[in-house]
Order: sequence, then C-alpha cells, then structure tokens
Amino acid sequence: MASVPHDHSHDHAHDHDHHPLKWTRFFTTTNHKDIGTMYMWFSFAMFLSGGVMALGIRAELFQPGLQVVRPELFNQLTTLHGIVMIFGAIMPAFVGFANWMLPLQLGAPDMAFARMNNWSFWLLPPAAILLIGSFFVPGGAAAGGWTLYPPLSVQAGMGMDMMIFAVHIMGASSIMGSINIITTILNLRAPGMTMMKLPMFAWTWLITAFLLIATMPVLAGAVTMLLTDRHFGTTFFNAAGGGDPVMFQHIFWFFGHPEVYIIALPAFGVVSQIIPTFSRKPLFGYASMVYATASIAILSFIVWAHHMYTTGLPAAGQLYFMYATMLIAVPTAAKIFNWLATMWRGSITLETPMLFCLGFLFLFTMGGFTGLVLSLTPVDIQLHDTYYVVAHFHYVMVAGALFSAFAAVYYWGPKWTGWMYEEKLGKIHFWWSLIAFNITFFPQHFLGLAGMPRRIPDYNMQFENWNAVSSVGAFLFGFAQIFFIVIVIRMIKGKSGIRAAAKPWDGAEGLEWTVPSPAPYHTFETPPVVK
Amino acid sequence: MSATSHAPGKYFVPEPSKWPLVGSFALLLLAFGAVGTMNKLAWGWWTLAAGSAVLLYMLFGWFGQVIKESESKLYGKNVDISFRWSMSWFIFSEVMFFAAFFGALGFARLHSVPDLASIDSKTLWPNFAGSWPTTGPYIDSPFTPMGAWGIPALNTALLLLSGVWLTLSHHAVIAGHRSKAIGWLALTIVFGVVFLGFQVYEYIHAYSALNLKLTSGIFGSTFFMLTGFHGFHVTVGAIMLFVVLIRLMRGHFTPQNHFAFEAAAWYWHFVDVVWLGLFVIVYML
Repeated sequence: MASVPHDHSHDHAHDHDHHPLKWTRFFTTTNHKDIGTMYMWFSFAMFLSGGVMALGIRAELFQPGLQVVRPELFNQLTTLHGIVMIFGAIMPAFVGFANWMLPLQLGAPDMAFARMNNWSFWLLPPAAILLIGSFFVPGGAAAGGWTLYPPLSVQAGMGMDMMIFAVHIMGASSIMGSINIITTILNLRAPGMTMMKLPMFAWTWLITAFLLIATMPVLAGAVTMLLTDRHFGTTFFNAAGGGDPVMFQHIFWFFGHPEVYIIALPAFGVVSQIIPTFSRKPLFGYASMVYATASIAILSFIVWAHHMYTTGLPAAGQLYFMYATMLIAVPTAAKIFNWLATMWRGSITLETPMLFCLGFLFLFTMGGFTGLVLSLTPVDIQLHDTYYVVAHFHYVMVAGALFSAFAAVYYWGPKWTGWMYEEKLGKIHFWWSLIAFNITFFPQHFLGLAGMPRRIPDYNMQFENWNAVSSVGAFLFGFAQIFFIVIVIRMIKGKSGIRAAAKPWDGAEGLEWTVPSPAPYHTFETPPVVK
Repeated sequence: MSATSHAPGKYFVPEPSKWPLVGSFALLLLAFGAVGTMNKLAWGWWTLAAGSAVLLYMLFGWFGQVIKESESKLYGKNVDISFRWSMSWFIFSEVMFFAAFFGALGFARLHSVPDLASIDSKTLWPNFAGSWPTTGPYIDSPFTPMGAWGIPALNTALLLLSGVWLTLSHHAVIAGHRSKAIGWLALTIVFGVVFLGFQVYEYIHAYSALNLKLTSGIFGSTFFMLTGFHGFHVTVGAIMLFVVLIRLMRGHFTPQNHFAFEAAAWYWHFVDVVWLGLFVIVYML
C-alpha cells in the first residue's frame, strides 16, 4: 500500500517548531505555507460563490420559460460566474499549490519575496469584495459576459466599473505573484538542482508565470481603455470616433488565449507529478515535456483570433488562425502520450489523486478534441456561441484544471495536514464528481450541435430534455463539492486516524517528501544538496 | 526564527509585516473611490483621497523598511540576484502594458480607420476620407495635430541626454566619486522634470490652441492615453531617482552595492525607450 500508517519519528516534529499558532498571524505573515493555505481557502470560497452562480444559471435553464431569475440577473450570473471561477477559484488554487510546494520542491526556505507574497494574496479579498459587491449596486453586476465585450460593457452601469477595478487589482496580484514565482525558481533552487532536474510542477509554473507577466498587463490596458471609453470620452471601441469594438476583442484575446494555458499548464504540472508516483515509474520523456510546455506557451500568443471567427475576419486571417490553433494539438498530444507512456507497464495503484489524474486524462483529452473541432473555421461558424463551446471549455476548465486541483489536494494534503485523507471518501468524491460532471456537460454537446445559443435564460422547447438532465447533473456536482470540503476538514482533523509519513506515497520523488508531515513551519533554512 | 536574526545568509526571509495588508486596504479604498467618483457619488472623492493617503503611508513605510533592511546588510548576494530578476520582469510587464496601447494605435491606423472609409462603410459614412489624423467619421470637432519638430523633438533630446547624465552618474558611483555622482543624478532629475513641464505645457497648448482633446476621436484617445501613461511613468521614474538621490547623499551606496540606483536607472532607460517609440510612431508618422 502506498500509505505508511504510522511514523513515530515525526510524531512530535511540530512540537519543536515554534509554530506561531495565533490565527491573526495570517494578516502579516511572510510564510509561504501560511500564504499557500490562505490562497487555497480563498479559492474554495470563490469556488463556492461561483458555484452558487452556476446553480442559479442551471436552475433557470432546468425548464424553458422564465422561472427562477430575471434575464438581467441571469446575464449577471453568467458574467460573474466566469470571472469568479477563473480569477477567483482556479488561478488562486494553483498559486496556493505553488506557494506551498515550490519552496519545498526546490529546497528553498521560502519564496524569493516573502513579504510581497503576502500582498499578492491580500489583494484578492478586495477584488472579491468589488466583484461580489457589484451585485448590490444600482444596475447590478456586469452583465455582458466575462469577456467584457463593448459596446455592452461601455453602456453598462457602475457594476462594470467595479469589475474593471477588480480586474486591475487581480492583475496586480498575478503579476507580483508571478515575478515571485519566476525569481524563486530561477534563483532559489538548492545547489545541484539544475533546470533540467526541476520537478515538472516547477517547470510548468515557471512558464505559466511568464505567460501571466506577458498578458496580464495587456488585459489591464484593455480594461483601462474600456474605462476611459465609459467615462472620459475616448473612442477606442467606438466606430463613430474611428475606433472599433472588434479591437477590444483582439486585445482581450491576446490576453485571453494565453490565459487558457495559464490555467491549464499548472494542472499539467500537477498531473506530471502524480502519474509517475502512482505508476512507480519516472515521468516518460521529461525533456519533451519541458519543450512541449514551452511550445504550448509560445503558440498561445499567436492563435487568439480563433475566438473571433465570426467577427468578420478576412479569410486569410481565418485560415492562418485555424492552422496555428491546430498546431497546439501537437505539443499537447505529446504530453498526453508521455503520461500514457509513463503508465505503460507501471505498477499502478488507484488512490484518489491517481483517479482524478486518470479522470483528467480522459476528460481533458475530450475537451482537447472538441477544441480541435472548434478550431476549424467553417465548423466554428456553425457552433460559435452555442452550448457546444460551453461544453468544450468546461471539459477543459473543470475536468482539466479543477480535477487536477482536487488531485493536488489529495496528493499533497497529507504533507500539509500531517494526516491521510480517508481513501474511501476520496474515491466516492471522485466517482461522484466524474459522473455528475458528465451528466452536466456531456449533454451540452448535443444542445450546442442542435443549435442552442449560450448566455440565454430561456430557450426553445426542443432543448428541454437535455437541459433538464444537465441541470440535475449540475446540482449533483455542486453537492459533491460540499462533500469534498467535508473530506478536507476531516483530513485536517485527522479523522482517518492515519498519520502521514514524510513520504506517504511510496512511488513519490522529490525534496518535498524529505521533510516531515506536516511540513514544519520553516523548512530548508539551509539548502539541501541535490545530486 | 526567520533569517533576519542571523544575517546576511544566503536567503532573506523578512519578519511578519503589516504593509501588505495596509496596501490592500489602500487599493480597496482607491477602487471604491474611483468607482464613486466616476459615477458622481458624493463619497467618491473622499474615498479616493483616503485611499491615496493610505497608499502613500504604505509606500513610505514599506520602502522605508526595505531601505532599512538593506542598510542593515541583511541582503546578501543571492538577494541581489533576486532583485535583478524581479526588476527585469517588472519592466517586461510594463512593456506589455504599453504594448496594449501601441497595439490599439496600430489597429486603428492600419485597420479600423481605413475600414470605416472603405467601400463597405460608404452607406454609413459617405463622406469619411479615412486620412490620419482623424476624429473618426461622426465626431465633428476638427483639430490640429501636434507637430513633431517643436517641443516633442526637444523633449526627445532632453530624455536622451538625461539618460547620458544618468550613465555618467552611475560610472561615478562605481568609481566611488560620490559628489560627482550626486551632481549628474541631480541633473538627470532636472532634465526629467523639465521634460514633464514641457509635456504639461504641450497638453495645455493642445487643449487651448489646437482643439486636440482626449475626446478628439481615435487620434485624441491614442495620443493622450499613450503620452499620458508615459508621462505618468516618467513621474514615477523621477520619484525613484529622487529617492535614490537622497540615499546617495546619505551615503547609502557603495561602488559594489547599489542595486536601488541600478533599478531606478533601468526604469529610467525603459521610459526613455518608450518615449522614442512614441516620438516615432505617435508624433512623426
């Protein structure tokens, strides 16, 4: 079995560790573990908020006609669901993992800029206040979709201003966090850890941080132009003054497409850590994984207009963006192949983290394939803004990023808490999530192919059946996540009765498993030597 | 517990600090203040002012602490390398911020304006010629564009020269000639401030004599946003250099160890390069 029941040598490790237990320390902390923990709890709170919005959407769509919410509120819910899940839930979750694990994986005592690290986190609550608060101002929250397209976003009420400033603040948080992560990886590695010995999670975060630094300022520029168009009479996105609403789409998606990989790459990193552990084999094709990650990142800058096939691009532009987009499938497929080859002839066990990674592998690959379908311009012109697109990116975002985030919590949770989670409950959570996820989103492919548009509160009768199924699945999926938090709290409280060993997974590799579980408050104050 | 107590090791982990929280509170106030002000709510200005005050308090406190730590020799060689990486990436992020606005200008000139004058748009805007500069097809408020060879050319010379003075100052720091370094750095700042003065004059001139405003269609939008953000960055750079000047006068820097000086210098050269881009693309072309 992978878990070692009891390890006496580390039982009292934390007693000698001068752990400042007062909860108020979180306000001023410079400890990467504290900050990582805060990121994760914040992420979960936002995940629940965004989830409630999603359930509002699904409740309305359970039946045709208008039953639960007004159309105005429905539009606000779709908009805020997107922004809250992307910027509030998924990104902070992976930044939380990075904070906790990178110093442990690199053999560093902390992040390079421990004080700024805390600012990166504490910028998020003000942004969350702006976003959630915008529901309660006159005119309500932003309602033009998370992509904030003008002219709707120029005409909207003050909720849009709150959205714009929230984006500014979250962008500042991301840029500071990314500078911190890049500097930590480049400069705080333990002696002997060359770049090509980096754990894959560190590699993927290095490249992700680069993407963030390159694109977040562009988003900041885009929303700044929105703001001046709204209040100061500029005409960037107004044809009457020589501007163009489509210009916003170009600038936005120059950020927006790399953003997809900002979310996906750390997920790839997590999976690249977990699959070798439970296959008891080293990662197949490490170097090719690094090159594939870098290729994906570079390609992500030159494919943005595949989100805009129906905005009237010239045919030559559509052709170029179509082929460039399809090119991304090549390095992505290399990754999928490497993960499969890692498992090939491995002695595989199916603990919960591995189950979530396998779920990720199947479902993310499906999301990738529907992405390939959508990359075809003539097909996309049919499917643009239908539920097929919604299904596609939820396979990537939920089954891709979220499932690997769950995997990370089960995989590293014992290191954080000092206790094993309850394997049976974890497995139930996995199967429950997997089935509910597919009930929710698989039928949306059919709805989209049949022509149901996204972002509408009411729909034609012909779409009734699959919408009902999808809504049932959504609520099942939502309850599964309440169950997840129960599992996590039980793990923290040690309800499994199994203390985690320093290395609870016998196939695991890396410096993070050389420190006791729970990891002491301070680790690697003198760097370990990597051979 | 943290590394502050035994210095200077390979690593530096600061003590717990209130400044991040103060900074976040400042941005919360600033954001709500800006929302309130832009929507003409009574509490807007007050919140904005309070946010600015808290932000200033945080900046003084935080940077003050960093300077104190640096003067206490808590930052070793490794920390210095971290600072170099981080400043480089920060400047890269600033480059990408300007790229968004240069991109908007390029898109407008190469695509949206010609498109609005094309045959496809003739039914909507029959009389729009699509020449640059323009207020766009619907805004009827003719203006005179800003010529390149008056103040802007002079400003280019000012910024380029200021970069030279800054390099001379840096060489003096490395050579250990402090008073010389102070002199050249002061001259750098003077040139920067004169540049800003000319920019202010130019803006007043644009509004009063040329009828060139932020609301003058896409030309006014791109012109004022690009030069405005550049001017803001020059202001920030000048403040950085001013802080460095004071630290130089207090003898903070050694020939070997003066990264604050170098960081501010990198930033100054960055705003310099952005200006060259502006001068060529916004003023000349």
